[in-house]
Amino acid sequence: MSWTRPHLLDIESLSADEILYILDTSREFKAVGQRSIKKSPVLLGKTVVNLFAEPSTRTRISFELAATRLSADIVNFTTEASSLRKGETLKDTALNLEALKADIFIVRHEACGAAHFLARFLKGSVINAGDGAHGHPTQALLDVFTIREHKGKIAGLNVTILGDILYSRVARSNIWALLKLGANVTLCGPSTLVPKVFEKMGCRVTWDIDDAIASADVINLLRIQHERQRATMFPGINEYAKLFSLNHERLAKTRPDALIMHPGPINRGVEIASDIADCKRSVILDQVTNGLAVRMAVLYLVNQANPN
Amino acid sequence: MNDSHRLMDAATLRLAAARIAHEIAETIAPKDEMMVLGIQRGGVGLARMLATELGRLWQKEVPSGTIDCGMYRDDVHERASPDLYPTHIPGDVTGRIVVLADDVIASGRSVRAAMDALNALGRPKIVRLAVLIDRGRREVPVQPDFRGRTVKTGPTDRVVVKWLAEDGEDAVYVVPA
Repeated sequence: MSWTRPHLLDIESLSADEILYILDTSREFKAVGQRSIKKSPVLLGKTVVNLFAEPSTRTRISFELAATRLSADIVNFTTEASSLRKGETLKDTALNLEALKADIFIVRHEACGAAHFLARFLKGSVINAGDGAHGHPTQALLDVFTIREHKGKIAGLNVTILGDILYSRVARSNIWALLKLGANVTLCGPSTLVPKVFEKMGCRVTWDIDDAIASADVINLLRIQHERQRATMFPGINEYAKLFSLNHERLAKTRPDALIMHPGPINRGVEIASDIADCKRSVILDQVTNGLAVRMAVLYLVNQANPN
Repeated sequence: MNDSHRLMDAATLRLAAARIAHEIAETIAPKDEMMVLGIQRGGVGLARMLATELGRLWQKEVPSGTIDCGMYRDDVHERASPDLYPTHIPGDVTGRIVVLADDVIASGRSVRAAMDALNALGRPKIVRLAVLIDRGRREVPVQPDFRGRTVKTGPTDRVVVKWLAEDGEDAVYVVPA
């Protein structure tokens, strides 16, 4: 197969082959990052805009570095210092940037579907870097890339996603990617944040952490999203830590080769005991390294497939 | 292959590769630090064959690897295929003699791109180019140092090289448009 999509908006519309194609392409871009000259000329002369209407450090920096490594020019646009604050609509902001000949738009927005909306009228390529609680496709891609790198495959693996599923775009994109690639997905966390309705996607839902992690090949811990939390959903951080934190007692009950993942930023002592985050089985920093490679691959592929 | 004409059978192809290896051995000493890199994907088979043949001549292991020039093509913005293939370099290229190997040279643009890809990896002492088939029609000033055979082809003809490991036979065909 070959890649034909000028945008990357979500995981659910991709086929398993398309996901694997991105992972294979990412592997070649990861190799670029390991050379003495960590740069590739594939986006030379192209302009990439980081259009972030919601706070982000790691994703924005990862995309910025990815675009730089591909020789593109990059403009960072954040709401704190922008006309969105003066009442300009997202559409007008994007059209103004396109009038300045931007070629690729990396979009983060609190509204689900923001990237899809922009892709309907922009000539340039749009990459979804997180839209509300809907999706964060490059995070899911870097997670499956990391799993495949360590386990050699995705199909047949037991992957447990633990934490705040309801408000998590990372969880949704991961679920789609993992299911499409043939993994068995278990979701676990407080019942208010892990509703049974996720079973309709094809996941197993349990509120018992011991049950969730016992046979897991991969444990992906999600951050408790204070900024999206409603007080009623959640009694308190301490109670969460007591009931759902990955501590040593729980770690001892997992498979010895189970990978421990976290999309970051980690809250040490909340989702994960501090030294477990730093242990050999933790691939949290590999995820960060791989995120750069995956984003380079996505930038390259959407640009290649855009006829404009 | 319909309407295609076989330019080389397995025995001829292997003889041509063996001759290229002998020519390389005339210019590079066994003690020299060298490696053979096949340009993805067609050159990989030739690189493997040359490394084996040189290894036999010199009675030592000759490192062979692969190099992909997809990111360095000058038509990258013309939306040619986005496929990328593995680059595997056996050790550091800096200070070494690198023999680039490709199955067919025509425009010379892949070789130009491969040299850019090589520069991103380090600075070889010497770079040489070996090709199995030179079909002419150059568009950039790049010439092979070692060639198996030169053939005249039309602009729309295709020259297809098959390798035993990947395609089930060693052979070269000319396929008219």
